[in-house]
Amino acid sequence: MFRSVGWMVGVLAVTALVAAGCGGDDDDSDGSASKSGGPVTIEWWHIQNNDPMKTIWADAAKQYEADHPNVKIKITVLENEAFKTKLTTNMQSGNVPDMFQSWGGGTLKEQADAGLIKDVSEDTSSWIGDLNDAAVGLYQIDGKQYGVPFNLGMVGIWYNKALFKKAGIDAPPETWDEFLDDVNKLKAAGITPLAVGEKDKWPGMFWWANLSMRIAGKDAMAQAGEDGSFDSEGFVKAGAELKRLIDMEPFQDGHLAAPWDGAGGEAATMGNGRAAMDLMGQWAPSTFAANAKDKKGPDVGWFPFPVVDGGAGSADEQFGGGDGFAFGKDAPPETVDFAKFLVSPEIANKAGASGSTLPVYKGTENSVEDPNMKAVLDARSDAAFVQLYLDQAYAPAVGQAINDAVQGLFAGKSSPEDVAKNIADAAKAG
Amino acid sequence: MPAGRALSRPTRRSRDRRRWVTIALFLLPALVLYGLLVIAPVVQAIYYSGFDWNGLGSLDDFVGLENFRRAFSDDVFVGALKHNGFFIGLSLLLQLPFALAMALLLQARLRGRALLRILYFAPFVLSEVVTAVIWTLMLQPDGLVDQSLDRAGLDPLIHQWLAEPGIVLWSLFVVISWKYFGFHMILYLAGLQQIPRELEEAAMIDGATRLQVLRYVTLPLLGPTIRISAFLSVIGALQLFDLIWVMTGGGPVNSSNTMATYLIDWSFKRFQFGYASAVAVIMLVISLLFALFWQRFVLRRDIDGALTTMGR
Repeated sequence: MFRSVGWMVGVLAVTALVAAGCGGDDDDSDGSASKSGGPVTIEWWHIQNNDPMKTIWADAAKQYEADHPNVKIKITVLENEAFKTKLTTNMQSGNVPDMFQSWGGGTLKEQADAGLIKDVSEDTSSWIGDLNDAAVGLYQIDGKQYGVPFNLGMVGIWYNKALFKKAGIDAPPETWDEFLDDVNKLKAAGITPLAVGEKDKWPGMFWWANLSMRIAGKDAMAQAGEDGSFDSEGFVKAGAELKRLIDMEPFQDGHLAAPWDGAGGEAATMGNGRAAMDLMGQWAPSTFAANAKDKKGPDVGWFPFPVVDGGAGSADEQFGGGDGFAFGKDAPPETVDFAKFLVSPEIANKAGASGSTLPVYKGTENSVEDPNMKAVLDARSDAAFVQLYLDQAYAPAVGQAINDAVQGLFAGKSSPEDVAKNIADAAKAG
Repeated sequence: MPAGRALSRPTRRSRDRRRWVTIALFLLPALVLYGLLVIAPVVQAIYYSGFDWNGLGSLDDFVGLENFRRAFSDDVFVGALKHNGFFIGLSLLLQLPFALAMALLLQARLRGRALLRILYFAPFVLSEVVTAVIWTLMLQPDGLVDQSLDRAGLDPLIHQWLAEPGIVLWSLFVVISWKYFGFHMILYLAGLQQIPRELEEAAMIDGATRLQVLRYVTLPLLGPTIRISAFLSVIGALQLFDLIWVMTGGGPVNSSNTMATYLIDWSFKRFQFGYASAVAVIMLVISLLFALFWQRFVLRRDIDGALTTMGR
């Protein structure tokens, strides 16, 4: 009966998947407790797995190594989802990389509470003021600095200029009603107005979150983050407006099974000119291009999320977030110095000029030449308030509950009231 | 005689002891690996399942059996269980009979049957992820499947194969069957080859029709193979993960979750490792109970003298 024994081992192995990551505590001994001047290895995990950033950073690391002969930088480049999984398993075994991608917010707080990451308030105090305040704020917990940002972007609506012209739309909409009008105009012209990737769930969350910001307002969102009151009136209204949009059937065929990136996804739909608009962050145009058959993608423009009449939010409140680095609890002191180098104008200007990053070192914004990125940057510099992505701002379980609830709305399985209640239940339980 | 017996006793005992030492030495490497890689993680998962734990920091919030109660009162988890049941049921009712039929066909002396056997077996060699990506491309709106239906004039049959909650399970079942029927077919072919031709010929000479030969000779003699193949199929359906995770992620709106996708979702997306461990334990218990039941009662004759009787 060897075969069935083998299969049972298989069953157990699947079961053990979770636990396996939790076993063993082989502490990372190299790199920690180094004297300055002695040989040091910095283990750096990042998720810029596409060029130009991948190369810019590899070159930056080489340059830093050349200037600091005692420092070796070991780079691990991971795809976004793979990174999250690998980081989690490593964290459970206490084996935290010295420097790694972080979005700040609720996840960073859980890591800090568990004592896995380093408080860098002192190490960064002399230069953190040179960076954009909103970006820096995303990495502060109880007044302490737990990370260093390098990028801060906004979510807004990307539109295909040619398709807008075809539907007779001269200017991007400013209010929600104008926006809904444009959706109708596009439909009338036989164009799919919107692309969304509900397999990944978070692209749909963007719609609900932006409407919540415009209708319930930033104070209600902060309040809900504290006490879980996601079932208050403003959120239900936001859900109702989203339902109104969904009921117009503006999204591409099969959007419930479409991912953001990859085959048949939201970005491919936009990239190949098969939908006119897409609510997405500043990384969208490069992903459209990567998913386009011609590898270029359509000519797109950007406008901030429209204002809703009678809502509590205003046009200068933006929804977005950024990227930065957090530091493992045992990271050698050189790590923070290396991070300082990475966000410095020398590297930030290159990153900005490449069109894929909106650097946060004050003054390096001018390096951004791409007109679309400039539009996002203008909105960023005018922003009175930036709401962090909800699945990052709140604890992971609450973030996922929002994603799930909104997917139910997209699938026509739940009402705006259900959505508000499900999120509130998860937030109150967590 | 008594003297002789008294003499032989210690020698036999020492020979026994030596035999046990040898057995222990042979078992040791396997037992150590099994203990470290299988038993220890299982014990850990059972331990974690008693806590409300986010995977970081210390285990200090003991909740007893609360995680289990929560799983069974969660519609999404119960739904995932039902989806596993759906795949088990359809595999046994459709996939295996189909594989058997193909095996019976390919046993006949056909031209090019070796080639056909290889073709049907080939999908099994692909990894689940590769299979999932290929089929996602084919099933996307206006993909190969839709275009083929359109060209064949069957466009009313076109659906959003992976996006409609009522259809997605069937789409996935087709893909799973496409990948695995070849494996079961090969098992059956091997089983069929072991049936002596004389028995079937004898039945024919006695006037049995082809159907009667199949019903009263071939199938009963193929019994052990069918029982093993059903066992593998059920265990496989209980563990379904890779293919579904890549194709749908358990969606849309949880309509294709299985226990394993639910488990990964709650561990690595929601960081509720205590709760996810409880789900893992439930999955383990179901698989283990089924495996024991099947071995004890269904496979009993087939494996007589092997595992369940400890060699006695």
